[in-house]
Amino acid sequence: MKKVFKRPESLTDKPMHYCPGCTHGIVHRLVAEALDELNIRQDTIGVAPVGCAVFAYDYFNCDMQEAAHGRAPAVATGIKRVHPDKVVFTYQGDGDLASIGAAEIVHAANRGEKITAIFINNAIYGMTGGQMAPTTLLDQVTATSPYGRKAETEGYPIRISEMLSTLEGAAYIERVSVHDIKHINHAKKAIRKAFEYQLQGRGFTMVEVLSTCPTNWGLTPLESLKWLKDNMIPYYPLGVKREVE
Amino acid sequence: MARVTFNEDLCKGCKLCVAVCPKKIVKIAEDRINNKGYHPATVEEMDKCIGCAFCAMMCPDVVIEVEK
Repeated sequence: MKKVFKRPESLTDKPMHYCPGCTHGIVHRLVAEALDELNIRQDTIGVAPVGCAVFAYDYFNCDMQEAAHGRAPAVATGIKRVHPDKVVFTYQGDGDLASIGAAEIVHAANRGEKITAIFINNAIYGMTGGQMAPTTLLDQVTATSPYGRKAETEGYPIRISEMLSTLEGAAYIERVSVHDIKHINHAKKAIRKAFEYQLQGRGFTMVEVLSTCPTNWGLTPLESLKWLKDNMIPYYPLGVKREVE
Repeated sequence: MARVTFNEDLCKGCKLCVAVCPKKIVKIAEDRINNKGYHPATVEEMDKCIGCAFCAMMCPDVVIEVEK
């Protein structure tokens, strides 16, 4: 018998600290598998965010750098410009990328920085205890929107991928999900494609991954996958938002 | 002929593998706990395993290895 599935080399052996059923672990593995398949682990520098994935530097078995909250695209810009031959990616959640780091991601994309952003959208702040994020859906109950998010006071959930897809510097932007096997397989292809675009020097690439937060959504891991499918995908449609040939 | 191996001490008992198994042979081991304090996922009827690796692909903690 031969091994058909094993831990990718680009992940360390360190047990992940994420809550049971949190899909961060799946996305970590997909990124690691993409690095393995493209054989670029030794040439990759990742930038970790602030948020639940703050310890990502312990889990990815490549060079990693921690950035201040939301500033991963700015740090990645610096790294890529000093090391243009390296593959540079950021791994950011929605509180990090869509809120405090909104300016950094917009301008990194607009400048066409040849980096890849892995954007985890789970519609909530996870690490800080389930507060409302810019991506929180309307009527979604969180710690800071106990009666549900209301458009007249808190505005509308931001569709980051659609927003960035209007920028000339962006080469490839796709939104994917990890709520079942089919979508997990597709997510991996999208992540791999983003790295390939970067290797070809085409410009800014981002993959937005719809993700779950069972703990702060107050659901079981399995219920969370269903909630994602039933509530998030209708508002955040999957698919390629921008692709420059 | 296929075999799955669970690195049980990494398992957090989230049951996503249980839900995704097409043969319904992944179960939670109620008779033991791992060093994290969870009942780990396991397979008893290994002869029914088809090696599809769905459990491994769904596992957020990369607990599972699959041989075929």
